Parts: sequence; structure tokens; C-alpha cells
Amino acid sequence: MAKLDSKVPKGRLSEKWTNHKSNINLVSPANKRLIDVIVVGTGLAGASASATLAELGYNVKTFCFQDSPRRAHSIAAQGGINAAKNYQGDGDSTHRLFYDTIKGGDYRSRESNVYRLAEVSTNIIDQCVAQGVPFARDYGGLLDNRSFGGVLVSRTFYAKGQTGQQLLLGAYSAMNRQIGRGKIKMYNRHEMMDLVLVDGKARGIISRNLVSGAIERHSAHAVVIASGGYGNVFFLSTNAMGSNVSASWKIHKRGAHFANPCFTQIHPTCIPVSGEHQSKLTLMSESLRNDGRIWVPKNIEDVKAIRSGSLSPTAIAEEDRDYYLERRYPAFGNLVPRDVASRAAKERCDAGYGVNATGEAVYLDFADAITRYGKEQAHVKGLDENDAVLVKKLGQEVVRAKYGNLFQMYEKIVDQDPYETPMMIYPAVHYTMGGVWVDYNLMTSIPGCYAIGEANFSDHGANRLGASALMQGLADGYFVLPCTIGDYLADDIRTGHIATDTPEFDAAEKEVKDRVAAFINNKGNRSVDYYHRKLGKIMWDKCGMSRNEKGLKEAIEDIKALRTDFYKNVNVPGSAEEFNEQLAKAGRVADFLELGELFAKDALERTESCGGHFREESQTPEGEALRDDKNHTFVSAWEYQGEPEKAKLHKEILNYEEIEVKTRSYK
Amino acid sequence: MNLTLKIWRQANADAKGEMVTYSIADVSPDMSFLEMMDMHNEQLIGNGEDPVAFDHDCREGICGMCSMFINGEAHGPDRLVTTCQLHMRKFKDGDTITIEPFRANAFPVIKDLAVDRSAFDRIQQAGGFVSVNTSGNTQDANAIPIDKHDADKAFDAATCIGCGACVASCKNASAMLFVSAKVSQYALLPQGKVEATDRVMSMVNQMDEEGFGNCTNTGACEVECPKGISLENIARMNREFMSATLKG
Repeated sequence: MAKLDSKVPKGRLSEKWTNHKSNINLVSPANKRLIDVIVVGTGLAGASASATLAELGYNVKTFCFQDSPRRAHSIAAQGGINAAKNYQGDGDSTHRLFYDTIKGGDYRSRESNVYRLAEVSTNIIDQCVAQGVPFARDYGGLLDNRSFGGVLVSRTFYAKGQTGQQLLLGAYSAMNRQIGRGKIKMYNRHEMMDLVLVDGKARGIISRNLVSGAIERHSAHAVVIASGGYGNVFFLSTNAMGSNVSASWKIHKRGAHFANPCFTQIHPTCIPVSGEHQSKLTLMSESLRNDGRIWVPKNIEDVKAIRSGSLSPTAIAEEDRDYYLERRYPAFGNLVPRDVASRAAKERCDAGYGVNATGEAVYLDFADAITRYGKEQAHVKGLDENDAVLVKKLGQEVVRAKYGNLFQMYEKIVDQDPYETPMMIYPAVHYTMGGVWVDYNLMTSIPGCYAIGEANFSDHGANRLGASALMQGLADGYFVLPCTIGDYLADDIRTGHIATDTPEFDAAEKEVKDRVAAFINNKGNRSVDYYHRKLGKIMWDKCGMSRNEKGLKEAIEDIKALRTDFYKNVNVPGSAEEFNEQLAKAGRVADFLELGELFAKDALERTESCGGHFREESQTPEGEALRDDKNHTFVSAWEYQGEPEKAKLHKEILNYEEIEVKTRSYK
Repeated sequence: MNLTLKIWRQANADAKGEMVTYSIADVSPDMSFLEMMDMHNEQLIGNGEDPVAFDHDCREGICGMCSMFINGEAHGPDRLVTTCQLHMRKFKDGDTITIEPFRANAFPVIKDLAVDRSAFDRIQQAGGFVSVNTSGNTQDANAIPIDKHDADKAFDAATCIGCGACVASCKNASAMLFVSAKVSQYALLPQGKVEATDRVMSMVNQMDEEGFGNCTNTGACEVECPKGISLENIARMNREFMSATLKG
């Protein structure tokens, strides 16, 4: 098994990436034509990597399970993308973006990778504008910025509440250009079923055509996993219905270490659950916290009256409201990082102050912002600033221009008008910081197998700051991987085409076919969703926003039992040779049932609280998270050994050269 | 709510399809339409029947994967929403709901309600991009100021999710709204203007090759578009196409 070597280049932090690029091996343009690369996933990371690799001259085969690469779930990212452009002149710099990201991640990410991320962030904006991505602009025609949680500068570029969509369509268009040129072969509606290793190197995949059911062999000189995160292990999350861990989990079972699986982000501003039928949760962009104020009633009687419907939140006087984030964290207020905001909402709701029928909701109120903007507009237009009706109208127009699509989305789902009454929000699983372990070159512990974007673990530590996921996906895909992969492929210029009629491909294909047949032939009595919901409940109750030893131990046993039951009793209708969504889902849930156990095991092992991982045993007297730097300044990298419970822990010790590790405070 | 569902069932692209009637009980008005379909499928699976195939993914109205022609309208009776955002409160107890796939020659049925919209991808591959390499070594993002109104219009056009509701709603199965949205986004931005002539010619040619019908300006596409893409874009594309033809 490969040793855990992060391969961080020597030298000063600010010079590592430049020096590394100058010193690594290159593949000549003529030789790139002889090399094939497989990319799995077409979100920001996968699409941008495919486009750039093809443009460099490699032969690229790209796979997505959706009907078009444009559907990948990066499309749903709303708020924005960070870049250290300092267009606002508010003191931003590469170092500040790097520092904020490390601090936001609660000092559990790799310093060199994060610095590189901050360094290339500015190129991303230049690149996207050149591609025709319509970012928001001000009246002078220049790019506009906004502020996001956990930072004190405005460095977030955005396209209304559809930034992910616009960036993904930009990367998709770059891909389309290469598909048109024949440099990318695109496989829509294909799922990666396994990784094929030849002499210990990643040399191809087995895929399933989701329309015909055909099991296919694809070879390449390197395989790039860009299949996103595993939030759907919780069943309810803001991920798309099809988002899954399978590609990452399959390579894990073939030898790639899985890092920090317990580092999950629970996003504070999602629309609350409405009932048992709920199939997924919808996020309201964190950008709303720029203007919305979060509160619950101070008095429990008011809470009861609201729940019974006899009191409207707008009727509660200012002094009877508890703006708990402003109260607890005066410096950052409503813009504290996501993990802090989520736990604070849970704390209030656990104490009985939740404002909807389920008791799991808090208010996000725009009334103040509407008045503030309205007065400003009235002033600009020379109108009466004391005319409340006019001020409200003008203010609503400003809020509509900023967040119109989000407000509309809320109204469609909840059937309430957020311009008139405060929104209700509650935290939901959103992003997974953990993922496949990679070195500085983004290579996993399997030679020739890479992981990029949310699928890897490297940049966000124990908590991701808002507007940083898009940044990382595009940084990895456009600028980092296409450069570092050459260093590995330089040894493959004489290898020639990798044959697929070999014992390695035979064996991998047989395993896949056996797994598929086992599901179809099982003829159990419970649907796939039954197991997925059960797993989600275990995860949310015992591995959710706060965790303790007893709960985690129970979770491990519960998941094991559920997995046994699944294989015994799951019912997958139809056949393997057709469009069969239940069959595809069964394979994904099977992998979640293994990942979930490793997740709990990782959370049990990490006895400190850090970022999104809150261990009840490790907190300050005020209830804030308490890190244990002495014993836990490391990345947990788990090696697969046959069963999740046997997984072997490797520790990558994190060293910080440029920054001082401090207690995170947003007070 | 108790409902009657009439759903198009078709085993695969070559099979003959038919409408099949089902009944479903205890539907909550807070459910999304797709959650109602999930519930229906769970019942079918429980009864040993084949669940209804339909496309869906993000379930928040942005990926463009969900389709469905509900009671004669793409994405159903509500406006400015996709099927995944349509909620059952828009229906009444006792309603009969007819559910069909998006129908067009260029969108062949894969199974039941799932159709193949890869023609849209091919139109984009024909020219829906700016030919800039992805090195990141372009000029500074603020080097060219862009008039806010143009930038906003380009954004509005760019919000198209590629769902195909425009095609399904059009009596001619025309893809003009989809294609014009992409053409407009680039035509309105200085970065896209450089290749505007070639782009509009290539994309329109590909659109015709895929077998989409002609536009007769009925405007059904605009009404049913979940993102409110404006007919103005079609007018802009026609101008772009005319001027490209004149340039020869």
C-alpha cells in the first residue's frame, strides 16, 4: 500500500506552486495525443478539467450519470465565488483569502494546497469573464462583489443567486468546444461502476449505460474522479437526488485512502422540513445573511402562540426578539461561519424556541434591510424618507433585484411571501469537506488515479467558507490538475493504448455484473428508498450537528445491522438490461451503507470538536467548540481493509509554517 | 387528497406506449409533484409493478432535468416553475391529472416520461461557446467594462436551464427560444461578439438538422418557460441570423 506522502514541494509557501510548476515533468504536444484520460463527473471540477485536458491535447473520455453534463449539481450553487481580486480595495490579498480559508476550516486543512487555491483564485474570474459568464456588474460596467460568512472583506463574485449555474455553463461551453473538436468523447447517462487497476496503476473503469444497461470497459492512462460529495448519506440534504459517493467509494475499495469522512457541513439557511414525504432539502443562499437578520422570540409564550397560528411574527415587538447571533457574536453577527450559525440555530430550537410546527425553524428577517434600502433609495431619488409605504416599496425593489429568484423559490415551496413575513430556515446537510485523500498533485493513494473538487478532502479542513466550493472546483479543474497530471503521464508516453481484453478488465467486469445480478435476483420485500431513509435517520440523529461517543457507537451498530438487512431484503424491480432507476439507486445506497459506518468510526476517533464536527464531550463552558490541537492536528486517512470496521487509520500530520494556529473566535 | 393519475407508459424507445390510469390516496398538499410521483412509485414497487421512469435530479428548479407534460402544460399549471417546484397545493382533492413526456421528434422517449434531449447538447457543441483557451492567462476581468443593462440582459438569457419546455409547448416543436437564449447571451457581451456570425449560423444549422420545427411566433414557449426567457431573444437571434447571412 502506498505510503501517505503529501508531496508538498519545498520552499516558501508563496513560491511553492510557481516553483513546482517550473520543475515538474511535461508531456510534449505530440505525445499528449497518445494519452487517454478518463474523467468521471461533469460538475465544475470535472467539466473544467475535461475541457482543459482536451485543449492541452489529451484524449479525454468524460462520464456523467445525468442526461447532459450541464445538469451536474454544481449548477445549484447560488451565492458566489471567492477570488482575491481586491477590486473593492478593502484590504483583500492572496494571503488574506488563504488565511480566512485556513481559519474558517478550523486549522484542519493542508496549508500548501489552500495557499495555491487562493493564488489561482484571481485567474478563475479572468477566465470566466473571457468565456462570457455574465457576472453581476455595477453601473460603471465593472464587476460587483458581495460579502460572505466568516470574512471581513467583499471578495465574492456572483451572478444573482445563480452563480453555480453560470459558472457551470461556462465550463460546459468550454467542454462543448472540445466535444465539437472530437477531443472529448462524452458519455451521458453512464455510471462508473468500478475502477480497473493494472500493475497497481489506475488504467480504466467499468461503466454501466443507464439507458440500455450495457456494462462497458473503458481504458485510459489516468482516471480522474470528479463526482462530488457524499451528503446524500443523510438521505435528506441539499444535494441532487442522484448525487452519490459511489465513484469515490469504489476507488477507496481499490486502495485510495478516504480522508476525514466525518467533516460534513450543515448549512444554516435551508428551508425547513415540511413532512415525512420530504425527498430533499432546498438551500437559501448564505448571501441572504448579508441582509437578513436571524432571530427567534425571547418569550416561550410567543413561540407557542406562533406555532398555534394565533400570533404573527411581524407582531412581535423588537424588544421581544432574540437576535441570537448578534447577541452571541457581536463582531461577525449574522455573518459568522456556517458551522457556528447552524449550531446556534440548533441550540435555540433544542431549547424550545423553534418557530414552526416541527419546532425546527428560526426566522430570517428582511424587514430592516427593506427599510434601510428604501430610505437610501428615497434619499437618492429626492423623495420623502419618512413615507413608510414608499420606503417599503423602494426597499422591496432593491431586495428583489438582489435576491429575487431566491425569494421566489421560497414562496413556491413554502407558500408564504418573504417580502411580507420573515422566512423560516433550519440547517441542512449541504457539503462534505471530507473525501478522497490526495497529495499536493491531487493524486490519490492509487498511482494514476486523481480526485478533484468536492470529491477530494484537501482545501476546506473541518468547515468550508461560503463561495469557496466553486472556487476550489474550478481551481482544481482548470488550473491545478491539468498541470500536475503531466508529471505522472510523462512516464506513459511510450505505453501505448491500454487494452481492455485483459484479465484485469475481465475480473472487474465480472464483479460488477455479479453485483448487478445480485440486486435483480434478490426479490426482497423492501424498496431501496426504505433503506436510504433509515440510514439517513441514523446519520442525522447520531452523526449530525452534534455527536457523542454513545451515539456514534450506536450508529456503527445500527448501520451494520441495516446493511445486513438491505442485502437480505432489498427489492429491485425490473431487469438489468433496461433503464432502471431503482437498480442504479440500489448500487448507490449500498455504498452509502458502507461509507456511513466509516463516517461514524471517523467521528468517534476524533474526540475533539472542530469546524462542522462537534463532539459534545469537547466544548467550553459557554458551549463553544473546543479543539484539541495537541492530539488532533492531523488528517485522518482511512485505508480499506475488507470492511468499514477494519479500516486502518493513517494520520497526515498538519504543519503550519506561515500562520499561527489560534482558537477561532467570531465574537 | 385523493387523485386519479393518467400516466404515459412506454417500455422503451421502440415500444408502443399507452396511457395507464392509477389512483393515489393521501397526497399532502405540501408535497412537490415529484414527491407525489415518488409516493406513487413506492406503491407500484410494493405491488410488484414497474415504477414510472421520469427524469429528475436537483429538485430545486435549476438543473433542468425534470420534464413532464402535466394536464397539457410543460411543468404543469403553475408559472415560472419546473415540475420539481410544482406543489400539490395547486391541485384539488378528486382531480384527474394527465402526465405525459415532453413530446417532439427531436426528443425521443427513452422510457415512460424520460426523453432524450441530447439534441440540445449537440446544438451547443456546434457553436455555443467563446473560443478562448482555459489557461487563465486572459486579460484582467475588469479590462472591458460592460454596460450594466447589456450585462443584465445577457444574464437573463443565460438563465435558460435547457429543460426543453419551450419545445414541448410549441405546436411546431421549435427550439428557437432555447437556441436564441444562448445566441443572445453571447451576442450581448463583447467577449462573444467576435464569433457572433459563425456562432449563429452553426447553431441554427444544427437546430434544423436535429429536426426541430419552425417558429411561428405563437409565444407558447415564453408562457411555459420556467425561467421566463423572453421572446425578445428570438427577435435578436433573427436579427443576428439575418446579418450573418448578409455577411455571407
